Amino acid sequence: MSTFLEVRDLKVDFPVEDGVVHAVNGLSFKLEQGKSLGIVGESGSGKSVTSLAIMGLLKESSAIVSGEILLDGQDLVAASESDMRKLRGTKASMIFQDSLAALHPYFRVGKQIAEVYKSHNKVSKADAKKRAIEMLDLVGIPQPDKRFNDYPHQFSGGMRQRVMIAMALSCNPKLLIADEPTTALDVTVQAQILELLKSIQKQFGTSVILITHDLGVISEFADDVLVMYAGRAVETGSVVDVLTKPQHPYSWGLLSSIPTLETTINKFHSISGTPPSMLNLASGCAFEPRCEFKSSVPGGKCASNIPDLIETSPNHQSRCYLDTAQRANLLTPPEFSVQK
Amino acid sequence: MSNILEVKNLTKEFKSSSRIGEAKSLVKAVSGISFELKEGESLGLVGESGCGKSTTGRMIAKLLDPTDGQIFFNGQDISKFSEKQMKPIRGDIQMIFQDPFSALNPRQTVGSIIGMPFTVNKIVPKQGLKTKVQELLELVGLNPEHYNRFPHEFSGGQRQRIGIARAIALNPKLIVCDEPVSALDVSIQAQILNLLNDLRKELNLSLVFIAHDLAVVRNFCDRVAVMYLGKLVEVSSADEIFNHAHHPYTKALLSAVPAVNPLNKKSERIHLSGDVPSPIDPPSGCRFRTRCWKAQEVCATTPPALLQVGKSSVACHFPE
Repeated sequence: MSTFLEVRDLKVDFPVEDGVVHAVNGLSFKLEQGKSLGIVGESGSGKSVTSLAIMGLLKESSAIVSGEILLDGQDLVAASESDMRKLRGTKASMIFQDSLAALHPYFRVGKQIAEVYKSHNKVSKADAKKRAIEMLDLVGIPQPDKRFNDYPHQFSGGMRQRVMIAMALSCNPKLLIADEPTTALDVTVQAQILELLKSIQKQFGTSVILITHDLGVISEFADDVLVMYAGRAVETGSVVDVLTKPQHPYSWGLLSSIPTLETTINKFHSISGTPPSMLNLASGCAFEPRCEFKSSVPGGKCASNIPDLIETSPNHQSRCYLDTAQRANLLTPPEFSVQK
Repeated sequence: MSNILEVKNLTKEFKSSSRIGEAKSLVKAVSGISFELKEGESLGLVGESGCGKSTTGRMIAKLLDPTDGQIFFNGQDISKFSEKQMKPIRGDIQMIFQDPFSALNPRQTVGSIIGMPFTVNKIVPKQGLKTKVQELLELVGLNPEHYNRFPHEFSGGQRQRIGIARAIALNPKLIVCDEPVSALDVSIQAQILNLLNDLRKELNLSLVFIAHDLAVVRNFCDRVAVMYLGKLVEVSSADEIFNHAHHPYTKALLSAVPAVNPLNKKSERIHLSGDVPSPIDPPSGCRFRTRCWKAQEVCATTPPALLQVGKSSVACHFPE
């Protein structure tokens, strides 16, 4: 399969009063057509900024974007605003975490969906309405022709998220970015929405980038996963590899610190300290101050140099100086993957 | 062990604001729930948003007055206590809130926030207020030197620690934790849970732990009460709930939690269709029947009572 989206050395800086916030620091990844990539990380790790950069939604006046974002061969970083407008909705679409804030409260939801379709296609009002009803039906909203005339506040959270998905997919985009699509929802509704996204992905062959902090959601949904820390990828690989054989101390710590239904632990593993400020990034590995294994790397290399993303096994990369033998010694796999 | 808290038939109804020409409707947030909490125990209160778990927590802390029912704290019914009668007990029942950003006054220093329980209750700690507050800061893992800082100078996890320090200031017996970790990142969440666990043992606290994250509850609580639309559907020990759930709703809730282990994909997931019905006009009989795959005629007519099934209490006509 062909690569549909390629991000090369993406950097996003926000100049602020106290200096420059380096939100994304050289991020590279590829996404194939029809595949799904999960991006995980804590708040402030740069995962949402990455998605906004892909969609060209960062204001030029406040953010400095460099690097390359190739969508279907077209570089989005250099693209003009009018090119981006054409592309949003038709090639790439996005759904957001807070569906109440993302929908306009004054307009009927049907009209909001029809508007997207009409602005990209030369169609009559009636055809646009037909398309909107068709989309509402596709995402599983009962009585779509009646609900067409409802306002966003008349929908429940899960139903509103379905409306957002309908809107995002109305022009058959090839890439869908879902930024924490289920974080605001209850688990039973979350399961419904993930199921819907999965079936839509299968049906239309859409590539999906799923941004979340919930490793369970990643595990259920994505093919590949990218773990971000302080604006960089610290580990990438298939979901099975990364979640069961994490190679980076941060991913390992993250996986050991989450309580799961399969485990009963009295003492939660915790990563000490807090994520670094993105204002003054250290010259070395950003995770070094919190890392339990830094003393295993000789010469204080962790504090002075940023490690490269190194392949630890085919299709599995980690940004860490620990070598394979050290890893095998130090990193114990997360508890849940041991228990059978 | 004796019961530190006993809740009987607790009910809360809110009047919803009405539009012109419409009768005021009653939101039945909590409808007659009963449970007890043993000393030193932690009880998890779980359910989806709108099920009444936070309302229950607030009633226990007497931040809301119940419409009906009793709350026995140490054997004493506090449900109808006035503000004045509550005053001597307030120190014994404390609360930790979900949002560490809005729970702390941004214009007060950390020192005065944590010292407030003493000031309000006119208690002078024997080692002096400042020393006492600094001891509390140290106990929750913060630097005592930060006494004069303001909340905005702290991260989310640190702010939650400040909230915890304030809650334990007066040596409470019972703490109601309303989603204490859901606003925090996972790596920070573990730190706060460990802290709560340590404090619980050290100070012999009893906890009512309100959460929607079942995995957290699984690993943190001794007993779990599952709520649906203002009613208790199942109460049991954590092990029992998570290994042998009896109520269909509990089963569905557990099966909806995505497994982190990709090799351990759930074979069959129970899909609940639709949303939770409105608490203004809850379904007759069993409130879960509109989404339940086992529902029969009796479910629509008779509300099931919370009865003993195996080692659990279950409110269902057809428990598994």
